[in-house]
Amino acid sequence: MTMIFGIPIQAFLGQLLVGLINGSFYAMLSLGLAVIFGLLRVINFAHGAQYMLGAFTGYLLLTWLGIGYWPSLILVPLIVGVIGLLIEKFALSHLYSVDPLYGLLFTFGLALVLEGIFRYYFGVSGNPYPTPDLLAGGTNLGFMFLPIYRGWVVIASLIVCIGVWLAIEKTKLGAYLRAATENPQLVQAFGVNVPLLLTLTYGIGSGLAGLAGILAAPVYQVSPLMGSNLIIVVFAVVVVGGMGSILGAIVTGYILGLAEGLTKVFYPEASSVVIFVIMAVVLLVRPAGLFGREEA
Amino acid sequence: MADTALERTSPTRARVEWALVVLGILVLIAAPFTIYPFFLMQVLCFALFACAFNLLLGYTGLLSFGHAAFFGGAAYFCAYAVKSWGFSPEAGILLGVLGAAVLGVVVGFFAIRRQGIYFAMITLALAQMFFFFCIQAPFTGGEDGIQGVPHGFLFGFIDLNKPLAMYFFVLAVFLISVFIIWRIVNSPFGMILKSIRENETRAISLGYSVANYKLAAFVMSAALAGLAGALKANVVQFATLTDVAWQMSGEVILMTLLGGIGTMVGPIFGAALVVSLENRLATSGFPVQIVLGAVFMICVLLFRKGIVGEILAFFDRRKPRE
Repeated sequence: MTMIFGIPIQAFLGQLLVGLINGSFYAMLSLGLAVIFGLLRVINFAHGAQYMLGAFTGYLLLTWLGIGYWPSLILVPLIVGVIGLLIEKFALSHLYSVDPLYGLLFTFGLALVLEGIFRYYFGVSGNPYPTPDLLAGGTNLGFMFLPIYRGWVVIASLIVCIGVWLAIEKTKLGAYLRAATENPQLVQAFGVNVPLLLTLTYGIGSGLAGLAGILAAPVYQVSPLMGSNLIIVVFAVVVVGGMGSILGAIVTGYILGLAEGLTKVFYPEASSVVIFVIMAVVLLVRPAGLFGREEA
Repeated sequence: MADTALERTSPTRARVEWALVVLGILVLIAAPFTIYPFFLMQVLCFALFACAFNLLLGYTGLLSFGHAAFFGGAAYFCAYAVKSWGFSPEAGILLGVLGAAVLGVVVGFFAIRRQGIYFAMITLALAQMFFFFCIQAPFTGGEDGIQGVPHGFLFGFIDLNKPLAMYFFVLAVFLISVFIIWRIVNSPFGMILKSIRENETRAISLGYSVANYKLAAFVMSAALAGLAGALKANVVQFATLTDVAWQMSGEVILMTLLGGIGTMVGPIFGAALVVSLENRLATSGFPVQIVLGAVFMICVLLFRKGIVGEILAFFDRRKPRE
């Protein structure tokens, strides 16, 4: 058997793949957080709950209405996104004039309520979501066995991340968004409807979390707790990357996912804390984060 | 969170306030004869926790999302020392406070390198790291926690197995700690903390080493939160993962916010309300989490000053100048 650093190469690559999958979700979620934070100056604590909401919406669409994976891939982000629009319109928009910490606290309360509702009705145990037929099974790459759905998750998350990045960098709406991030008053004076832009941004950010949720449903169990377990790790990712740059959030997500996978190979006991350790080290050497700009 | 102004005390108002404080202490002394002491002790422990947290959020303007680590960590240290090493209650509590202070130095050292929202996220992440440590460490007993912590004898002769003796011990610790917090807040040191809260850049330009002051405030807050946790471990006789979980950090924020950030007595009322609410809901089967989350959202949207803060603001509006 081929060995690498004294470890069978299959085990090594297997953990690396798990790391890459986790990294895909870290990247998508920290991307959404960065987009929302960039414009709204709000850290969306409910991001994990919206990810969970996405997975559950997909699960309920399937079990109640018989709507399968592929339509859900479109429907779920729309549903979660529209809920996001309403939340911004009726609650968050009233908090822009006060300390940004209140936005964090509001979305924290929202996360508690969302998680609590699903815990109440569905319990804490996970519900399986079937892998779509088209992506079922696996393929032998010669050096390792790759479940097709997992490969699809990596590709899909890359498409989503690059797509969002291009939309922000290359389209007119993206240009408005970047301009409003720099100076909302000036952009408003030029006749752009900034409040609408804020609402849309939160909706899109929430939709991204929902999309990550439905993508995750066949990989992990659909459980009310799936979001809160993830969001704290994603916060650490965001601290490491710094929220100044969209690309930075994406890259950091993948790197830290891989780092976590590698730790599982060499020192499994530390795998649950390695991202936090990396965060502490980054805070020591580059307090603003790897891609961040120094700002309060 | 700099929308509290309370340094305008007139002589009459100061006298009214002192009368209310004395009345409050008398009520607390009389309370265990009519209300279940175990419930009151829980309220006092959480009230102390919230006051310790408020020292940091209300008076220094730092939102920590990781105070459960100090509260729960101290509970573990104290419970382990008392149960497995046979420490006396006061020695166990002291050890818990020391442990929480050391944790506070470590977490604070990293967290004060960033401000605002990042500060909150870093404290949350480091506390989560401690949570994972507690799951794996052999001395915490994993999912079961440390159970059956003996009450023992305080200073060797006060039998804490008697509920009233335990109650007055908890009350004494609570009152002394709140007095300490009040002294800290109203000392020159506390004034500097408030100046950091109001305008950090200006405090730096005035020559204060803001980082040291923040770290000092953080460690004091952590140590006092640890005192609350160690005390609670003695009262309820166990320490579990619930005490170190992130939900606990959220709960103490809610208590402080509900009562009034940056007010001396607000967190006490907030803690009493939240603990009563949890006790009431525990028997009804309705999930506590939903109610707490909803209260959180309503508080943030409608009354950010909290109950006590809104009452103070009401009287300030009634008598603007004297």
